[in-house]
Amino acid sequence: MLSFILILLAAFFFTGVINRTKSILSGRKGPGIFQPVKDVLRLFKKGAVYSKTTSFIFQIAPTIYFSSVVMAMLVVPFGQSKGIISFNGDFIFFAYALALGKFFSIIAALDTGSSFEGMGASREALYSMFAEPAFFILLGSLALLTGKTSFHEIFADFHLGSSISYALAVLSAFVLGMITMIENSRMPIDDPKTHLELTMVHEVMILDNSGFDLGLILSAGLLKFSIYGALIVNLFIGIFPYQYTIPMFFAIQILAAVIIGTIESFMARFRMSHNAQFIFALTSVSLLIFFGVLMVLGKFI
Amino acid sequence: MTLFLYYPSDMKYTSIINNQTIPIGQIPLVSYDEFYELNAGFITDSPEKHCVNYFGYPIGERIKLICCIADDLTHEINVSTCLVNPQDELTSLTSTLFCFEKFEREIHENFGIMFSGHPWLKPVRYSHNRKDLSKTIAGYPFYSIDSDELHEVGVGPIHAGVIEPGHFRFICNGEQILHLEIQLGYQHRGIEALFLNKSKLAERVAISESIAGDNVVGHTLAFSSVWESLCGFQTSKEMNFSRTVALELERIAVHTGDLSAACGDVAYQLGNAVFGRLRTPIVNFLQEWGGNRLAKGLIRPGKNQFPFTGELATRLLQVLDAYEPEFNEMNGELFRMPSALSRFERTGTVSEETARSVGTVGMIARSSGLSRDIRLSHPHALYGEINHEPVIKHHGDVYSRLQVRKEEVRQSVRYLRDLMTRVPECNTNTQPMGQTQPDSFTLSLVEGWRGEICHCAITGTRGELVMYKVKDPSFHNWLALALAVRNNEISDFPICNKSFNLSYCGHDL
Repeated sequence: MLSFILILLAAFFFTGVINRTKSILSGRKGPGIFQPVKDVLRLFKKGAVYSKTTSFIFQIAPTIYFSSVVMAMLVVPFGQSKGIISFNGDFIFFAYALALGKFFSIIAALDTGSSFEGMGASREALYSMFAEPAFFILLGSLALLTGKTSFHEIFADFHLGSSISYALAVLSAFVLGMITMIENSRMPIDDPKTHLELTMVHEVMILDNSGFDLGLILSAGLLKFSIYGALIVNLFIGIFPYQYTIPMFFAIQILAAVIIGTIESFMARFRMSHNAQFIFALTSVSLLIFFGVLMVLGKFI
Repeated sequence: MTLFLYYPSDMKYTSIINNQTIPIGQIPLVSYDEFYELNAGFITDSPEKHCVNYFGYPIGERIKLICCIADDLTHEINVSTCLVNPQDELTSLTSTLFCFEKFEREIHENFGIMFSGHPWLKPVRYSHNRKDLSKTIAGYPFYSIDSDELHEVGVGPIHAGVIEPGHFRFICNGEQILHLEIQLGYQHRGIEALFLNKSKLAERVAISESIAGDNVVGHTLAFSSVWESLCGFQTSKEMNFSRTVALELERIAVHTGDLSAACGDVAYQLGNAVFGRLRTPIVNFLQEWGGNRLAKGLIRPGKNQFPFTGELATRLLQVLDAYEPEFNEMNGELFRMPSALSRFERTGTVSEETARSVGTVGMIARSSGLSRDIRLSHPHALYGEINHEPVIKHHGDVYSRLQVRKEEVRQSVRYLRDLMTRVPECNTNTQPMGQTQPDSFTLSLVEGWRGEICHCAITGTRGELVMYKVKDPSFHNWLALALAVRNNEISDFPICNKSFNLSYCGHDL
């Protein structure tokens, strides 16, 4: 329950902090950090417009997408405190709950019949497919290390006792961080600020969504950021008491947002064809973690 | 083919220099066959020659075709004419020389003349005075495919950014562009007809300012030169000075803005912000000088509306002193950043051969290794004294086009600094302009920031305008963009388009 509330709170400022960082670094004042949330609230007050070429898929997809993200949020623990639901193998549930939402957003994009949205859908599907092995090898390795198969137990047992487990945690944080960027369509994979349909990935898929539906999709985006942020935090907090871990949670979330904002300010995005290579390379980092775990367990060398 | 009039003469064409007015009767009238041979002969295997304008205008029932081929080495423009019947089917120059492609399409659209052997005889812009009014822009005959593997992507005419309308039809294999067709004409305002219909000079000059909003100085200067030449008016030293300064300022401002937009398209925020900010002091200086950031009202035929004073020179030097170090620093960042370079290099390549065959002009030509610069080849204003050396790059990719921009900005800053050391005395007592000469032909070439702008005027028996022809450099270069993006990723199209930054309204007129 604690994790649910914390993720919700972090979602209020995470995207705002990224945008503010980018504004300041480009010499502008920028909007307030709660602007993304205000935008979502404004959209919630509006009705949606539907194109005549779309079917019911397009209308239910935003709701399914949003609920899939909330479902995934339920299993994320916080240190010693379980998520709202917790069971063996819940990290698989986590990944596929998100995948279900993504599946619906992809077919909804195809449903519009727009050639842009079809392109965006194919790109999104490809990148998600490439990011999946990295996530599972990472979580599989951690499960192997701890001998547990639920998020809560894995993170509770993942003590930072030795230097090798620090190394593992840092590598895992890197992989999760990059997956965050891919899943949330941030640089260097995607450019959330672009107005050019031809270069968009995620943005182009939601071009036809408006009003309440768009509000749902955007708020799911805000939540996804803080969900992944919470997973990264979980790698480090282990068994510390709450008076340390709760401030740490917010500190790490803000730090992550500032880092993302800084990266987005000072580099150009990748050429589309390099994205697939880049994402797939994450899998090799996950494999490194896997071999690290095998070494720790003495099953290797 | 029918032969109407034929002057037995050795010369089948007349050579004029930039901004020269000649009696229209002085241009020999030849048969279309000779006209064809002559102009095909000029272009074939002569990289120093290119077609600057080719158009027709009605004389009674017949159409008079006028073709102007610029020769960069002799600094002359070879003008030839012929008279044809609109019902005639003429042999297409385009079947072998692609640089005539748009011109022949335009003549076909306006007068219904068929060009046999033209590979792509489609309407250009659906002008108001086209021959066949039953054809409309909604029914444009796109090149299409019937394939299960390939897909079509249509972009526009409503543009995602705040630029102008145009429709881009891609045929793609997945992410790879196989073919791009660009359809324009949405901005057509009937500019050329307006020049004839409006009788006041002030109205006409205001129209010339509106041909392309980002190239105000270039087009106004071309119009003013045409008009002054028609009236036999000699421009004074200080008029030439202000015009040169204005043209170079416009070049700096737009090139800087383009560098900013190119950074924006690859999501490089720092470059986008810094170059965007650097453009502002330059356009603000134009405002300080002439009261308009886009230089509207700055240039007028026959007078120096806003003389460039010593105080302005001091101000401009201050502006440039603040501009230059930051511009150089930002370039150092941008052109050394791997993530940006990987987007620019080998993207949207136009080979030198392609650039020459489709007749590209201006900075697009110079990015592909062609030395095509009116400032050098047909100098106007003060360019004869400047010893201009064109900036030439050879790779023809986005990177080269940005490099050309960067170096042209530096060059223009150098020229401006040099000019500021010899600001001429202000002389407000200019002599009045005379009347336009009757039965004359004038051609004016101006190197705007985008490339050569060509304005042609023909007067009637009372000195009234009977034909006014405008050609923006974009008219040549749009085809180069369509060819450049072939085999590139579709997601790289925006950066290619931005690196060309062609004019929609300059093309559509």
